[in-house]
Amino acid sequence: MSVATNLPAALPRTGATPPRRSRLYWTLSDAWILAKRNLLRIPRIPEELVFSTIQPIMFVVLFRYVFGGAIAIKGTSYVNFLMAGIFVQTVAFGSVSTGIGLAADLQKGIVDRFRSLPMSRSAVLTGRTIADLVRNAFVVLVMLVVGLIVGFRPEGSALGWIAGIGLLLLFGFALSWVGAPIGLLVRNVEAAQSAGFIWLFPLTFASSAFVPTASMPGVLQWFAEHQPVTLVINAVRSFILGQPVGATGWQALAWCVGILLVFIPFSVWAYERRTAR
Amino acid sequence: MAHHFAILAEGLEKRFGQTQALRGLDLAAEEGTVLGVLGPNGAGKTTAVRILTTLLQPDAGHAEVAGLDVVRHPNQLRALIGLTGQYAAVDEYLTGRENLEMFGRLYHLPKKWARQRADELIERFDLVDAANRTLKTYSGGMRRRLDLAASLIVSPPVLFLDEPTTGLDPRSRIGMWDIIAGLVSDGTTVLLTTQYLEEADQLANQIVVVDGGRVIAKGTADELKTQIGGERLDVTLARGSDINAALRTLGAYSDGEPRVEVERRFISLPIANGARQLPAVVRDLDAAGVRLDDLNLRRPTLDDVFLTLTGHVAEASAGDEMNNAARSERSKEKEEVTA
Ligand SMILES: Nc1ncnc2c1ncn2[C@@H]1O[C@H](COP(=O)(O)OP(=O)(O)OP(=O)(O)O)[C@@H](O)[C@H]1O
Ligand SMILES: [Mg+2]
Repeated sequence: MSVATNLPAALPRTGATPPRRSRLYWTLSDAWILAKRNLLRIPRIPEELVFSTIQPIMFVVLFRYVFGGAIAIKGTSYVNFLMAGIFVQTVAFGSVSTGIGLAADLQKGIVDRFRSLPMSRSAVLTGRTIADLVRNAFVVLVMLVVGLIVGFRPEGSALGWIAGIGLLLLFGFALSWVGAPIGLLVRNVEAAQSAGFIWLFPLTFASSAFVPTASMPGVLQWFAEHQPVTLVINAVRSFILGQPVGATGWQALAWCVGILLVFIPFSVWAYERRTAR
Repeated sequence: MAHHFAILAEGLEKRFGQTQALRGLDLAAEEGTVLGVLGPNGAGKTTAVRILTTLLQPDAGHAEVAGLDVVRHPNQLRALIGLTGQYAAVDEYLTGRENLEMFGRLYHLPKKWARQRADELIERFDLVDAANRTLKTYSGGMRRRLDLAASLIVSPPVLFLDEPTTGLDPRSRIGMWDIIAGLVSDGTTVLLTTQYLEEADQLANQIVVVDGGRVIAKGTADELKTQIGGERLDVTLARGSDINAALRTLGAYSDGEPRVEVERRFISLPIANGARQLPAVVRDLDAAGVRLDDLNLRRPTLDDVFLTLTGHVAEASAGDEMNNAARSERSKEKEEVTA
C-alpha cells in the first residue's frame, strides 16, 4: 500500500519536506493556532465582547456613585478600593466564556473535526483558555480606563502594577480552567451560561470586592475572609495601591496554582469523557 | 501489508446507553474505490464513520484504515484521513481562506504551504469570490464545498464523507458528485454515507445497505437494483374496486412481487424495460376497464430497497427538512417520467 509515508501526497509540489519539529513545538503551535482562531472571532461577534464589558462598567458606575458615598474606606478613596474588586470580578466572569465557547464548539461538531486531525489533543482546551486570557487582558484594560475616568487614582509602583496585573490575569486563567469542565459537562450553550455564572455570584459578592469584609455578619465574614476571590482581591488591591501586601500575595498565588493543578486534569478528564461518546 | 483494502471493518459493535447503534458491522473498501454506505436515519452510518476516523472506540470488533488499526494507531492514522462530517464543521466566523489556512496549520503544514494550499483549494472549489467572506454569508452548498476542501488539505489517501450532499439543491449535489468522482480518479479511497440510492449509484463501486447497525445487503449498484428489480411502476387507481382487475393485468408485466396498499388504491411493481412496456401496460389496463388516477415509471428509491430487503419502510425522522427536500426532489424526477 502507498501508506508507508505519512507525508501527504499532493502537497504543494515544492519538492521540499516539511521540517521535523518536536512534539512540544506542535503542542504549543496547535494551541496558539486555535487561540488565534478564537481571538479572530471576537471582533466578528462584537456584541459578545461589548455586553461582557458593559456589565462591569455598570458595576463601576453603580458602586462608585450609588454606594460609594455611604461606604467609608480607611486610608484611601472608595473608587481606589473598588477597582481591584471590579478587576477580579471581571476576570472571574470571563471564565464563563471559556465554558460557553467549548460548549458551542462541541454543539457545532467542530471539535470532532479537530479530533480527526493529526493535531495535539490538548489544543482545544489550551487554545480556548489562552484566548480567554488575552480577552481578559483587554477587558481589564478597558476597565482601567473607565476607572481612571471616574476618579481611580492608584499610587502603586510600576513593579506593584506588574505584580498586580500578573496575579489578576493568572487568577483569570486559573478560573478559565474551572469554567472549562462546566462547558464540557453540560448539554448546551445555554446551560453553560447559567451554570458558569451560578457559582461566581456568591464568590464574587461575598468577598472584599465592594465592601470591606469587616462589615459582614459572623459566618459570612469568616467565609469572605478565607475564600480565594477575597485573597486575590486583597493582594491585587495592595499591589496597585502601593500598600504592604504581606502574606496575602503568597496565599493568592498558592490558590491560583492549586486551582490549576486540580482543574487542568479535571478539564482534560471532562473533555475525554465528553468526546468519547 | 498483506491486504489491499484501504478500509476494513469486521464485527464492529457500539452501544450508547440503551441504543445498540452497531451490531457487528462489516465493511471493506478496496484502495482507490468508493464504498457507499446506504441507510436510513439511525442506521448507524455516522457511528461507523466516527469509529473509522478514530473519534469513537468500538465496544467490539476491529477496523483498519490505510493499513492502520484505528484503536491502536489513531495518531498516525489521523495524518492519512480526511473527514467531512454530516454537519458542516467549519468556523462560521472565519473567512473561507482563514478556515483552510487554520486546518492546514493543524495538519502541521508550514505556514507558507498552508497558505498556498488554501489558495489552490479555493480556486479548485470555485470559492474565489467568497474566499475573504466569513462563512456566515455562505450558502449551504458553498459551506459544504469549503467543508470538503478542508478535508482535502493534505490530499489524504482515505476520505470519509458523511452524507456530503444532504440538504444541497440538485445542482450543488451534482457539482459535489463531480468533485468526488475527480478525487477518486486521482486514487483516493472514499467512504461515502448517504440516504439516496441515486447518489450511491452515481459514485459507489460497492454499496452496503445498513439498517439497525448491521449490513443487510451489499454489492454493486447494479447487483442491488437487480435484487430489488430494475424500475418501478407505481399505479394509483381511481376506484378501489379495480384492485383485483389491475393486479391481474399488471401481473403479466411484473418482474417480482407487486406491493399493494389497498387504502391508497396503490400498486407498485418492479418492471423490466419499463419505458418500452409502458404503452402496452396502459392499453391493457384500459381494456380491462381499470380507471387510473396516476401512473408513473421511476427508478427504484431507497424506500424500495428497504421495503424489499427489510419489509419495513425506511423511517424518516419527523420534520426532517433535508429528507423532505430530497423527497420533493425525487418526486420532481418522477414527474418527468410520468406517463
Ligand atoms: N452520542 C450518542 N449518544 C447516544 N446515542 C447515540 C449517539 N450517537 C448515535 N446514537 C444513536 O445510535 C443510533 C445510530 O446513530 P447514527 O448517528 O450512527 O445513525 P445514522 O445512520 O448516521 O443516522 P442519520 O441518517 O440520521 O445521520 C441512533 O439510534 C442514535 O440515536
Ligand atoms: Mg448520520
